Amino acid sequence: MLDARDRQLLEQIQTGLPVCPRPYAEIGTTLAMPEAEVLERLTQLKQQGLIKRMGVIVKHHQLGYRANAMIVWNVPDNLVKQLGRQISQFAFVTLCYQRPRQAEWPYNLFCMIHGKDRETVLMQLEQLKSSCDLARLDHNILFSRRCFKQRGAVYQPKNPTSLTHG
Amino acid sequence: MLTPLHKSLLNDFQRDFPLSSRPYQDIANTLGVSEDDVLSALTELSDNHLISRIGPIIPPNQLGVSTLVAMAIPETQLQAVADKISAYPEVNHNYEREHTFNLWFVVIASNAEHLQAILDAMEQETGYKTMQLPLLDDFFIDLGFNMDFHNA
Repeated sequence: MLDARDRQLLEQIQTGLPVCPRPYAEIGTTLAMPEAEVLERLTQLKQQGLIKRMGVIVKHHQLGYRANAMIVWNVPDNLVKQLGRQISQFAFVTLCYQRPRQAEWPYNLFCMIHGKDRETVLMQLEQLKSSCDLARLDHNILFSRRCFKQRGAVYQPKNPTSLTHG
Repeated sequence: MLTPLHKSLLNDFQRDFPLSSRPYQDIANTLGVSEDDVLSALTELSDNHLISRIGPIIPPNQLGVSTLVAMAIPETQLQAVADKISAYPEVNHNYEREHTFNLWFVVIASNAEHLQAILDAMEQETGYKTMQLPLLDDFFIDLGFNMDFHNA
């Protein structure tokens, strides 16, 4: 579980680690937290899975991965976990979530593929379908067109008075 | 142009970024370059918008609550509605997609009430309904994104 100091630390670090010789010390300064404690807390958060990964976060689109497809499946509820785990194994899959169905939306399993172009993504989808026996399931592929806003997930602090960036 | 150092920084440090007092020095030692080389190369990648940041990927709903939202907007209205949605500071990743539900974005709020209030405000402001698709289960183990530089 996250304690209050973990929260403050994650809120501080989520917008990016400073590029300077002692970045964790600098993060600590703004929180009045010693560098050693910053490192210890981050190590623990990573071990507990509260940080999925820590590192360089690339911009796919700028690096030539221009085709971004959200593929949605209508999967029997008892198969969601199994198929979700299988789909996640493919290197070209960059997200895989279960979400609820809605009145006008029958799909409950979502995955994302970032590829260099549309043809590549469609080929990868075919590979996914044949390997996981998915072709018989109702699905839809939603390529992205315009990007109106892109920003990493920035979580707002619980206490709005401590907001630092809007 | 991307140098071998740029490529290595892009591909090899997406996870297990050193949690140590001098992480950039540690990376420099691994790659046989100087700490200054690493700091400059990362600054260049950032200035050229090839990396968004160095930081943690936090699983959804650990800090605050979030949901994916879809809206079905007539083509002629899409840009105007999208601009209104993007203006909310709680919104990120606002995209047009090829479907009747053609506007897709993520809303992050401090709690469930705050989230609902934002969605209500959006419906009121735009005149269109929002469809909430919150995360129920996450199957993805994030190991970073392996880049193929061969025809880059």
